[in-house]
Amino acid sequence: MLRLEKRPQPSRLWTFATPPLAVLITMIAGGALFAALGKDPAEAIATIFWQPLFGEFSFYYRPQLLIKAAPLILIAIGLSLGFRAGIWNIGAEGQYIMGALAGAGVALALYPLESRIVFPLMVLAGALGGWAWAMIPAMLKLRFGTNEILVSLMLVYVAEQLLAAMALGPMRNPDGRGFPGSRNLRQYESAHNGELIPGTGMHWGVAAALIAVILAYVLLSRHSLGFHIRLAGQAPRAARFAGVRPGRLVVFCLGTAGALAGLAGMFEVAGPAGQVSIDFNVGYGFTAIIVAFLGRLHPVGIALAGLLMALTYIGGEMAQSTMGLPAAAIQLFQGMLLFFLLAVDLLTNFRLRVRLREAA
Amino acid sequence: MGAIDPTLLLAAIMVAATPILLAALGELVVERAGVLNLGVEGMMITGAICGFAVAVNSGSPVLGFVAAAAGGAALSLLFALLTQLALANQVASGLALTLFGLGLSSLLGQGYQGIKPPPTPRLDLGPLSDIPFLGRVLFSHDPMVYLALGLVAAVWALLKFTRAGLILRAVGENHDAAHALGYRVVRVRVMAILFGGACAGLGGAYISLIRVPQWTEGMTSGAGWIALALVVFASWKAGRVLLGAWLFGGVSVLQLNLQAAGLAIPVEYLSMSPYLITILVLVIMSADRSRAPGSLGRSFHASQ
Repeated sequence: MLRLEKRPQPSRLWTFATPPLAVLITMIAGGALFAALGKDPAEAIATIFWQPLFGEFSFYYRPQLLIKAAPLILIAIGLSLGFRAGIWNIGAEGQYIMGALAGAGVALALYPLESRIVFPLMVLAGALGGWAWAMIPAMLKLRFGTNEILVSLMLVYVAEQLLAAMALGPMRNPDGRGFPGSRNLRQYESAHNGELIPGTGMHWGVAAALIAVILAYVLLSRHSLGFHIRLAGQAPRAARFAGVRPGRLVVFCLGTAGALAGLAGMFEVAGPAGQVSIDFNVGYGFTAIIVAFLGRLHPVGIALAGLLMALTYIGGEMAQSTMGLPAAAIQLFQGMLLFFLLAVDLLTNFRLRVRLREAA
Repeated sequence: MGAIDPTLLLAAIMVAATPILLAALGELVVERAGVLNLGVEGMMITGAICGFAVAVNSGSPVLGFVAAAAGGAALSLLFALLTQLALANQVASGLALTLFGLGLSSLLGQGYQGIKPPPTPRLDLGPLSDIPFLGRVLFSHDPMVYLALGLVAAVWALLKFTRAGLILRAVGENHDAAHALGYRVVRVRVMAILFGGACAGLGGAYISLIRVPQWTEGMTSGAGWIALALVVFASWKAGRVLLGAWLFGGVSVLQLNLQAAGLAIPVEYLSMSPYLITILVLVIMSADRSRAPGSLGRSFHASQ
């Protein structure tokens, strides 16, 4: 009979092996799902994971990879800090929206001023917008001990309503003939977050994501604050004795996550999306949770996981147009991935022992 | 403003409170067993589409509700497997359940948009419904409203007076002690999780079959999360869940009425109010954390 035996320490081998294993199992289960939907499973999997990278139209899809991965990685890096410390910010979607609104707000207020100062101001506003939104759950947790999970999530719905109000009201394009949505920032030279290297999809958000990965790596492996974050998550009591102030960690982790999510939103609204519109947010804030876990809360892992998740978005769109695979199937596919990852994580912390029942 | 009729308003509150009441009641039992299932939203929306699809195809709302409970329970079984057998982190697993449920429901719901479900008849309470005011407010609803109210009483009595309730609470307060006494911690928790899933499924189906009634993607729009907040609000007590559900039902009905009344405030700001009220209530209630079950959110493995 099968028994579980707790490992004294998490297995190093399985720590690295579980994410690829989870991806593999998800592909198999996803294939079964696609087959159940009446699509050829092998073709569907190939369309999602192979075609965007190496297929006929890969020149079009490859830049998309960076464009989609950048916000996911930026948000997931921020979330991972909190998750490591046992601080559950699941409202990144709201912080992403608020960053976009703040960034776009600055641009729209300065329009049509053409100056080099516009874009840096937008970056600052974006980070501040996300940060401020994340400070609400942080402050409530500090002051009143309110659960940050529920508050940060409730604020997503508030931010979505605010986005709609802005797109229909104060930020509406005055020259837009009454259509909802703001001015298109792509047509505003100073505010546009364009490609840095044409044809690669590389924009400022990608650069920011790369910097965030490096800084997070340094923070976690070289800095005492990073050590405190890990300590607070793994041994809260020990952390207390070591002089870690939980309040400071809450403010830092939520604040950083909010600022990064805000940046992601700002880069998105100034570049790929172009304008504030009702359907601006597409769930990056929630998918980033999957990315953070799939990357094992490690900066480098998150970068890889972000690219993989971006691939499923792009491949999913492709499978939608070429094979008629429903968009929801991809969403389900991403959800499955997190499920299987959490399930196979058992192998990291426990040893499976097969043995015969002993005499009592 | 004068257009709002208090009788209709109170009757509408009874209806608006029912889905979150059902979901919160299920989650209350789960949390009293020491498990934090953040997947309520996912289970609700899955219940909403399961119930809707079965009701439309069979023409019977009763079958729809049965299917919704089964669908919610089936999804919660995944959570039970993850957290109770694979010992995964409960917060992460709950989030996974919500993300998965949202994807699953929109996949299942394709082709059901814009269809009307078969109507659920009102429960005929004879002369009671004819009492002025009270008859309209209390005695002229569909059976699910009364089922939800009955469930509140049943859960309250179960937790307070029965041996089963005592075991459930023991498992939730201190799973090591319960294990030492010979109770099957994992079995009790799995059953509680399944009950929670079934309740959330019913709550979701109430939205898609009676409250709205039609199917749109993501139609629960945070009701599951509000239900989670409600459990905190209620300090893990069944009676106070009812109170909380009426409060939240009241807020959502009131803001819808204000929207309809054509106030000068843009609709979006009114739509924020249920979420803002939830945060406010959480802040007020979180001062008293002593009521939370002792083992809430912790994994149990007999080797430790």
